[in-house]
Amino acid sequence: MELFINLTLFFMLVVTALAILRMRHLFAVVALSGVFSLLCALLFVTLDAVDVAFTEAAVGAGISTVLLLGTMALTARNEKMPRSFSPVPLLVVVATGAVLIYGTLDMASFGSALSPAQTHVAAQYLERTPTDMGIPNVVTAVLSSYRGFDTLGEVVVVFTAAVGVLSLIGGLGRRRYKKEEAQE
Amino acid sequence: MRHHLILRVITKLLVGPILLFALYVQFHGEYSPGGGFQAGVIFAVAFILFGIVFGLETVKKVFPPWLVHKFAALGVLIFAGTGVVSVMLGSNYLNYNALNPDNPQLGQVGGIIAIELGVGITVAAVMVAIYYAFASRTPMINDEDW
Repeated sequence: MELFINLTLFFMLVVTALAILRMRHLFAVVALSGVFSLLCALLFVTLDAVDVAFTEAAVGAGISTVLLLGTMALTARNEKMPRSFSPVPLLVVVATGAVLIYGTLDMASFGSALSPAQTHVAAQYLERTPTDMGIPNVVTAVLSSYRGFDTLGEVVVVFTAAVGVLSLIGGLGRRRYKKEEAQE
Repeated sequence: MRHHLILRVITKLLVGPILLFALYVQFHGEYSPGGGFQAGVIFAVAFILFGIVFGLETVKKVFPPWLVHKFAALGVLIFAGTGVVSVMLGSNYLNYNALNPDNPQLGQVGGIIAIELGVGITVAAVMVAIYYAFASRTPMINDEDW
């Protein structure tokens, strides 16, 4: 049953990706990328990674879609057809894909108890969380306490993203923007 | 979207439950999936939905941009400040045991709640700020164009 669910989800994922490639109407592309994120979230659920699935559904399908729509409203609604066929992008994609597949050959098999993810600190986290914090969600314990430094870095990155967007496309420099408009 | 009656009514009904769900995800993160990051995104979604349906100017009255920017920094400050407090109490940076030396478990839970709150505030404010930045530059779109 799980195999069937996984195969169905992956099949739908590939179909969505191909549909995104074929589409020229960007509104449909944005909607389909939301579908793609939701399918990814479902795959994470089947892997029992509910916290990741939650994030993917909220950020990938929710916020990203809105931001992409916002970007689209600022630019164009339709993708331009490429003028001529160029082999370089195809080569880059094929080469990257080949390297990625080659990389997976070295990975531990799915669900293996001997994979580095299981043998390193994860077992300790699982063991110690009930006594250290007494909370049931180990993911939260790892994110905010054992790996608090990393999470602090992540939050600073999110903050930096806002600073970057605001300094690039306005929000902070609104007055200057208006002044320039007036000069024109 | 003045004439989309159904969208406006549904949005009005949804904004409250979305905010409530965000708070649930925020403060129930130790027991169930979710945490500050997800809660922040959901919290921001309520404002973005409101903004899309009722217009940017309306949502800017509810949550003005200058306040959004302050909140984005406040979250980071709460997170980093929790670490500073644990240093002040004579322990390592971000070691929440120091918050309650007699009962380290409680200290840990307190620390986790504090930093998750910081994460949630920053993420929610950043998402709203980015949405404002994009939407402020958007020319009004006719319904026929979509």
